[in-house]
Amino acid sequence: MEHYTMNLTLKVWRQQNGNTPGRFETYQVKNISSEMSFLEMIDVLNEEMIREGKDPIAFDHDCREGICGMCSMYIDGRPHGPWQQNTVCQLHMRAYKDGDTIVIEPWRANAFPVIKDLMVDRSSFDRIIQAGGFISVNTGSPVDANAIPVEKNMADAAFAAAACIGCGACVAACKNSSAMLFLSAKVTHLALLPQGHPERRTRAMNMVAQMDKEGFGACTNTGACEAVCPKGISIENIARLNREYLMAGLTSE
Amino acid sequence: MLDSKIPSGPLAQKWTDYKGHVKLVNPANKRKLEVIVVGTGLAGASAAASLGELGYKVKAFCFQDSPRRAHSIAAQGGINAAKNYQNDGDSVFRLFYDTVKGGDYRAREANVHRLAEVSVNIIDQCVAQGVPFARDYGGLLNNRSFGGTQVQRTFYAAGQTGQQLLIGAYQAMERQVALGNVQQFTRHEMLDVVIIDGKARGIICRNLVTGELERHFGHAVLLCTGGYGNVFYLSTNAMGSNVTAAWKAHKKGAFFGNPCFTQIHPTCIPVSGDHQSKLTLMSESLRNDGRIWVPKQKGDKRKPNDIPEEERDYYLERRYPAFGNLVPRDVASRAAKERCDAGYGVGTTGQAVYLDFKYNLINKYGKAEANKQGIQNPDLDTLIRLGKEVVKEEYGNLFDMYEKITGENPYEVPMRIYPAVHYTMGGLWVDYELMTTVKGLYALGEANFSDHGANRLGASALMQGLADGYFVIPYTIGNYLADDIATKPIPTDHPAFVAAEKEVADRISTLMNVKGKQTVESFHKRLGKIMWEKCGMARNENGLKEAITEIRELKKEFWSDVRIPGSVNEMNPELDKAGRVADFIELGELMCLDALNRNESCGGHFREESQTEEGEALRNDAGFSYVAAWEFKAEHDWNLHKEELSFEVAKPTQRSYK
Ligand SMILES: Cc1cc2nc3c(=O)[nH]c(=O)nc-3n(C[C@H](O)[C@H](O)[C@H](O)COP(=O)(O)OP(=O)(O)OC[C@H]3O[C@@H](n4cnc5c(N)ncnc54)[C@H](O)[C@@H]3O)c2cc1C
Ligand code: SF4
Ligand code: FES
Repeated sequence: MEHYTMNLTLKVWRQQNGNTPGRFETYQVKNISSEMSFLEMIDVLNEEMIREGKDPIAFDHDCREGICGMCSMYIDGRPHGPWQQNTVCQLHMRAYKDGDTIVIEPWRANAFPVIKDLMVDRSSFDRIIQAGGFISVNTGSPVDANAIPVEKNMADAAFAAAACIGCGACVAACKNSSAMLFLSAKVTHLALLPQGHPERRTRAMNMVAQMDKEGFGACTNTGACEAVCPKGISIENIARLNREYLMAGLTSE
Repeated sequence: MLDSKIPSGPLAQKWTDYKGHVKLVNPANKRKLEVIVVGTGLAGASAAASLGELGYKVKAFCFQDSPRRAHSIAAQGGINAAKNYQNDGDSVFRLFYDTVKGGDYRAREANVHRLAEVSVNIIDQCVAQGVPFARDYGGLLNNRSFGGTQVQRTFYAAGQTGQQLLIGAYQAMERQVALGNVQQFTRHEMLDVVIIDGKARGIICRNLVTGELERHFGHAVLLCTGGYGNVFYLSTNAMGSNVTAAWKAHKKGAFFGNPCFTQIHPTCIPVSGDHQSKLTLMSESLRNDGRIWVPKQKGDKRKPNDIPEEERDYYLERRYPAFGNLVPRDVASRAAKERCDAGYGVGTTGQAVYLDFKYNLINKYGKAEANKQGIQNPDLDTLIRLGKEVVKEEYGNLFDMYEKITGENPYEVPMRIYPAVHYTMGGLWVDYELMTTVKGLYALGEANFSDHGANRLGASALMQGLADGYFVIPYTIGNYLADDIATKPIPTDHPAFVAAEKEVADRISTLMNVKGKQTVESFHKRLGKIMWEKCGMARNENGLKEAITEIRELKKEFWSDVRIPGSVNEMNPELDKAGRVADFIELGELMCLDALNRNESCGGHFREESQTEEGEALRNDAGFSYVAAWEFKAEHDWNLHKEELSFEVAKPTQRSYK
């Protein structure tokens, strides 16, 4: 790969905390290498700001490998930035060229209140899982792992849904701030496996009820979520969730 | 005196006997007992879930915004278990033996045997929770190979095994949250242990959102806070991984075991420049199908695909014919360093070797697929196309990750890789029951020192984390708490809580008031450089002595010139980082001291003074067959305690993978 360096203009959302209004600030960054990751570019800016006695930009990140789901930046109108099936921590600066202007905002949704700058509170996702995103089995001695064969196709499909990293990009992309893609990925993961069957009825009902309580919006099938999901979670999961939900409604006493 | 509390009796019977005689707490009393679990990775989440299920009142803490984001989520390649589903001769004994040998005879036999025993239960448990492990067409579980073994015992979910296991444990824990048995505290960082009458009785932590300090009581405290590889600044660990919880415990009396035992992983994406904030692992599972080589000619500048077969040096296959590309990590890392130091390295910096998939892509997978699909005499393009599909299913996410970082397509061009800091075998010293030298204070998972000796085998950390949390602590903690059922919760206005909180508050305000000129990050980078150069892949007496002097100077400079922006009572990531770096600096000194004391080579610890003629690590069993457990006395002052290791079953020999 050819390396190059670039100068950029950043417009970044700054907000002291959840109780104060935010605003955009403009920054110039210089000599950014095309080999840097996007977050390393922000690191460079932050180091400079600290040296100048300013407050650095707060943002969430941890693994920087696209798997923990912590990073969350809305870049030029798209969660996680321009690359397909990618998290912002895996975005690299060769996506940009000298002179570009980049606008960076936090996830915006009522159920994800801003904590500071680009950090938001996603604990609503944990509460959705608490409502039913599990299989009720205690630690002990379950049956041998190979006692129940699982068709490879099913296991693969369950894995594909279980690959969700809980980042919330789907919510950020949705004009209704719906959490349906996240929720449907979990319901699908568990419904496709025989171990998850006994709780199918209640799981979908309880998780959807919790989602509504948290203030996420309804799904109108625009597909914006699927387009930005870093893990390629398919919108077909939402159709499956709707079937599970319907079935639960029909069969609940 | 260190008492490791290893049960008597034959090795294979110890754990069964222990469980048969351990003290129990009845269900009604469990509900009166509170347990603090710090950390929600595999070790912490599995412990919190299991203890919650048993009826204990659990409080679980993590610094991320959700328990599911603990660093365990990033584990890629797989988890070992002695299931012998492949019928290839595996057994509990073999897993035990491989692990003790892989650890270069510096681990405790009894712990390792227990680990091998419970490994089989882990897989059953995870499948019951809905962990979607890879399966074959018959619907049964699949396995792959990892380094240092000759059987296939590694269970996996593509290159995302840690993610799937952690989500299983996280969901089990969230279920207990919903049932009211576990209370979860996210974005909270533990900053001290509270000790009352010689027993751990709680913690002080900081709410990272508001900056407030909080006091929490527990009848016992479990530290499941992960490893400290980030002392090297650049490592494959997540950015937030740190030693702070373990270090605070150490300063309050918990001994630190084998701090210098660090694992340098052979296959990571090389450093690309000064801006580098972390390094990315390419899973060891890739060595199943990737062959490692460098050009036979020094400084060969040709593109890898232009270098003909006979001009490539597959140095691992050459040096270690029996294990080839699947030698243990320490061996593979040193071999890569040796080739690069000798001038055969590739890439712009010369600090890289190739990991090449072409051969197996065509010959193993391409041909097998062609056979399966009944294609007669397939041409090369067809073989490549078919092989790619299989490789994608096995490692797709890793190949994508490589391409995003380097901009190169590893299906076409060999990966460039180089060793990087990955895991710390050292950690808080614990006895057989996972208790530290402070009563009621336990350490689980990577945070303890216990099972991997001087080198961890691949796919064994996930196994250990889950073994500790699901299957060990639920028994051993009862043995302690059974004597504590009469202890009422201690109110957090107890003087010990007040004093501990004040200590934490004072330290934070000292840090904030330095108001110097240099950033936290710049100190961390400098520490990392000292550690990597002088306490990294190769160590010697002079270097270690220099490192100790340099680290002491760095510490002084840090406390007189660090600059932390913002204020205390708000979300302030620079302040969080400053506290962690301050602890890393102190730890760095102890690691160098330990490395200096251990004048032998073993596993990942390579003292240049102690090597065989062929450059392999040379152990000194007469002098160093012990666990070094360090007791903190005062600044720059530690006491060494030795836990002698005795090997009754796996008799130490010079490790050979030839
Ligand atoms: C990239 C990568 C790939 C790996 N792949 C494999 C693999 O394939 N197979 C394998 O066996 N092993 C693998 N490992 C190793 C393995 O992932 C780790 O050793 C293991 O997951 C550690 O688990 P843990 O529960 O001990 O700690 P962690 O998962 O690190 O969890 C630490 C927890 O402690 C919390 N914490 C830390 N400090 C504090 C504090 N002061 N206050 C409050 N909370 C705190 C954190 O929030 C977190 O919840 C890999 C490691 C890496 C880096
Ligand atoms: S469904 Fe996709 S976008 Fe939504 S939380 Fe999961 S990984 Fe993120
Ligand atoms: S930082 Fe973990 S997914 Fe981006």
